[in-house]
Amino acid sequence: MEQQNTDVIQGTLDMIILKTLSLGALHGYGIARRIEQVTEDVFRVNPGSLLTALKRMERAGWLKSEWRHTESGRRAKYYALTRAGERQLGIETEDWLRRSGAVGRLLLAEG
Amino acid sequence: MGIWKTITQGLRTLLRREDADRELDDEVRHFMQAAEDDLVAGGTSRREARRRVRLEYGDPLAAREDVRSWGWEAWVDTLVADVRLSVRSLRRTPGFTAVVVLTLGLGVGAATAIFSVVRPVLFAPLGYPDPHQLVAVEGRGDDGAPVQSAFGTYLELSARSRSLQSLAVVKPWLPTLTGGDEPVRLDAQSVSATYFPVLGVAPALGPGFDAVEDRPDGGLQVVLSDGLWRTRFGADPSMVGRTVELDGRPYAVVGVMPRDFENVTAPDARAWTLLQYDPSAASFDSREWGHHLDMIGRLRAGASLDDARAETDRIARTPGPSFPRPEWAALANGVPVRLLRDAATADARPTMWIFLGSVALLVLVTCANLTLLLLARGARRRGEFAMRGALGAGRGRLARSLLTESLILSTAGGVLGFILAQVGVSVLLALGPALPRLQGIALDGTALVFTLTLTTLVGVVFGLAPGLHRSAAHPQALREAGRGSARRGRRTRRALVVAQVAMATVLLVGTGLLVRSTQRLFSQPLGFDADGVVVVQVYGTGLASGDGNIHGFFDRALDAVRAVPGVAYVAETSQFPLSGDNDVYGVTPADGVSAEGAAGNAFRYAVSSGYLETLGVRVRRGRALDADDVAGAPGAVVVSEGLARRLWGDGDPIGRTVQVGPPRPDPFTVVGVVDAVPQSALGAGDEGAFYVTAHQWHWADRVRWMVVRAEGDPLALVPAIRQAVWSVDGNQPVVRAQTARALVAASEGRRRFVLLVMSAFAAAATALAVLGLYGVVSGMVLERTPEMGVRAALGAPRESIVGMVLRQGVGLTAVGVGVGALGAMAAGGTLATLLFQVSPADPVTYVAVAALLLLAAGAASFGPAARAARVDPVRAVKTD
Repeated sequence: MEQQNTDVIQGTLDMIILKTLSLGALHGYGIARRIEQVTEDVFRVNPGSLLTALKRMERAGWLKSEWRHTESGRRAKYYALTRAGERQLGIETEDWLRRSGAVGRLLLAEG
Repeated sequence: MGIWKTITQGLRTLLRREDADRELDDEVRHFMQAAEDDLVAGGTSRREARRRVRLEYGDPLAAREDVRSWGWEAWVDTLVADVRLSVRSLRRTPGFTAVVVLTLGLGVGAATAIFSVVRPVLFAPLGYPDPHQLVAVEGRGDDGAPVQSAFGTYLELSARSRSLQSLAVVKPWLPTLTGGDEPVRLDAQSVSATYFPVLGVAPALGPGFDAVEDRPDGGLQVVLSDGLWRTRFGADPSMVGRTVELDGRPYAVVGVMPRDFENVTAPDARAWTLLQYDPSAASFDSREWGHHLDMIGRLRAGASLDDARAETDRIARTPGPSFPRPEWAALANGVPVRLLRDAATADARPTMWIFLGSVALLVLVTCANLTLLLLARGARRRGEFAMRGALGAGRGRLARSLLTESLILSTAGGVLGFILAQVGVSVLLALGPALPRLQGIALDGTALVFTLTLTTLVGVVFGLAPGLHRSAAHPQALREAGRGSARRGRRTRRALVVAQVAMATVLLVGTGLLVRSTQRLFSQPLGFDADGVVVVQVYGTGLASGDGNIHGFFDRALDAVRAVPGVAYVAETSQFPLSGDNDVYGVTPADGVSAEGAAGNAFRYAVSSGYLETLGVRVRRGRALDADDVAGAPGAVVVSEGLARRLWGDGDPIGRTVQVGPPRPDPFTVVGVVDAVPQSALGAGDEGAFYVTAHQWHWADRVRWMVVRAEGDPLALVPAIRQAVWSVDGNQPVVRAQTARALVAASEGRRRFVLLVMSAFAAAATALAVLGLYGVVSGMVLERTPEMGVRAALGAPRESIVGMVLRQGVGLTAVGVGVGALGAMAAGGTLATLLFQVSPADPVTYVAVAALLLLAAGAASFGPAARAARVDPVRAVKTD
């Protein structure tokens, strides 16, 4: 189970999904593809972890979902951010920047 | 918001599982298809695209399971599956399931029932405000024995004690409620006006007693119990202020007690009136200085029991001029103070501890038996678990399904136990002699919690024990699976059997000792011929005052009963043997001739002439009382042999004079000596008794027993006897009609009750222990089948194999009996109060118990032994 999300940094999946959806509603594969494209295939997301994360985030009230037809005419479940989701994205982004900045400074500090 | 969604969406998933699954399937499928579409759009063939998507994103089924197993609803799903699986597996072994549920139900039921009965006596506080402040203040006689209190003592303590903020005195009152169809005798109490305030309970209705009336010639007031108010007066709210007729006099109703009021000093009391004693207690000859009251008190806030004891002791030792005491006042001997709760339950406490101990043993036997059953089942299912483990069930999952199974069993057992407990409590209450605090006995919430905790613990512990024992997921287990039962649990199982037998031994020894005591007791000489005798108690409390009037009524009632066909003899007495009466007077030689220090108390029987003959009490010397011993004739008294010996040693008692009761100028002369008749209890020995005629006694008793010796069935005469009494005066209640035999049996009610409960427990424990032994010996035979086969093949005779198995079973039992005997010796003291002429180490009992258990063990082992002997050597060797 664990190796399935080794491709994504532990604990950042939620933030990445929120960020991806902040640009507009997407279905599951759309989210995965957008993440791969934007990160230039640095991050790979498998459907098991992604859909579980979506289920969890929807329960938390950050996402809402709806079945719609895609451009290719297939039915797909689209996810979009809720107000709470937007707020959560703000919180997580700020938190991440603070942490990564700190880690960066630590790594670049002159001994 | 989040929690709400968690609940609703989880519920939706659970309730519409198929829809949820289909939606998830669609979503996963769309993910895969969209990925393929992407690749196809980039020029890859559909087939190649499918292969690459699989490679990149993994198995869609696995993805679906990932999503599915997330969330609380998934946990519920597993639980339901576990329960379903467990129920199916339990139904495959109905015998096992039934035995486990029954065993559990028995243990839990017995424990809950006993706990319900024991709790109010041993643990629950009294139902009054600040119950720990309530004390019983007692007296001590010259011989150190407890005596009741005198009103004068109460007055002195009330005035002088600081640590007791208030005191009250109370005595039984047995008025007759008239004005209805039939006169009704009431159990009631006369109390000082302080009584309810000391208890801290006010009437639910009405103002209660007016303390001003608590003096001789004060107004007649009565407080009714809730029960009496409801049953006799239809819960009429306007009763307060009305009058009721008691003993033919009008009493003003001043209160009705609350429904849940528990009157510990007399649980059966249904009405209360004021004592109305003289608050100056000036005359030493008056009732104010008779020791016939019970005293209760309330400690001042902050004062401890020890404070009160120290203070009352000091008061007792330092008489003051403002509180003159007669020389016989028991106050001089000290004033024991104890908690009211302890005083109210003192008699029943040893019994309750015995119950608690017995049920604890039974529960332990039950637990041991359950463990044995579950271990054996675990051993049989090694194969199944090894297989499930090999197929990928995790260890946690296996442990969980075991746990589920145990919890299902314990829940079923708990439900059965609760039902059994309900039945048990009603049986205990129906069979039991008057237990204190009966009102407090009910199958209550505490007992329920107790049961559930017990069952759950039993389930969890025994579910886990075998689960932890087994490394089922270990590959080794699969290989061993075919080889019958596990060797590892053998020592545990043997230890459990030994423990079971030991506990059964303790219970059996206790039961045996009680059986032997009871036998001894009932083979004691009664001193009278109880067969064919029926008694009734006649309450003349409503008769107009005047000795002549009272005697006149009873004399005419005797004549009327004598005329009833089927009555051979009839006589009357002020108290009847073994009836619970306890009417004692001082007896002092009056002519200076007596053994050293002779004086003492003896039971008083104010009788009609012919009483001794009617009962068949043997006259050893002199004569019985006769028709000439009337008022005005020289006082004649007949004494029991023991009293005569106490007063005059070996000297001749006939012709001696004694003062019995209050001194009078012309003492009584001893005219006869009779056999002892036990009064307080069978086996009490000769407690001392004297008989005088009712007409010669100092006053006329208003309550008397009629003793009838019948020609035929004594009980059949009761209606006619009642009618005969009422033909003289229809307002006097006739109560407690029963045969003398029944009275004798009832006097040993408590001992018989304990015996009954204990023998039921002992029987159950023995059955369980034997069952456990059978299981273990069978298991052992199964386990050693190959060895037996080899032995048989090598020419061991069948008898030697049978002998070997029997030795195992009987050997284990012998160890258990040995351990149990030691335990029984150690615990023997607790039974001491109930034993009679039997030592707690009675060898006969121990030998009988050992023999019984060893025989049972032999019988239980014989089946498996015979099976072992029939083992076919060829097959046995092949199975390994």
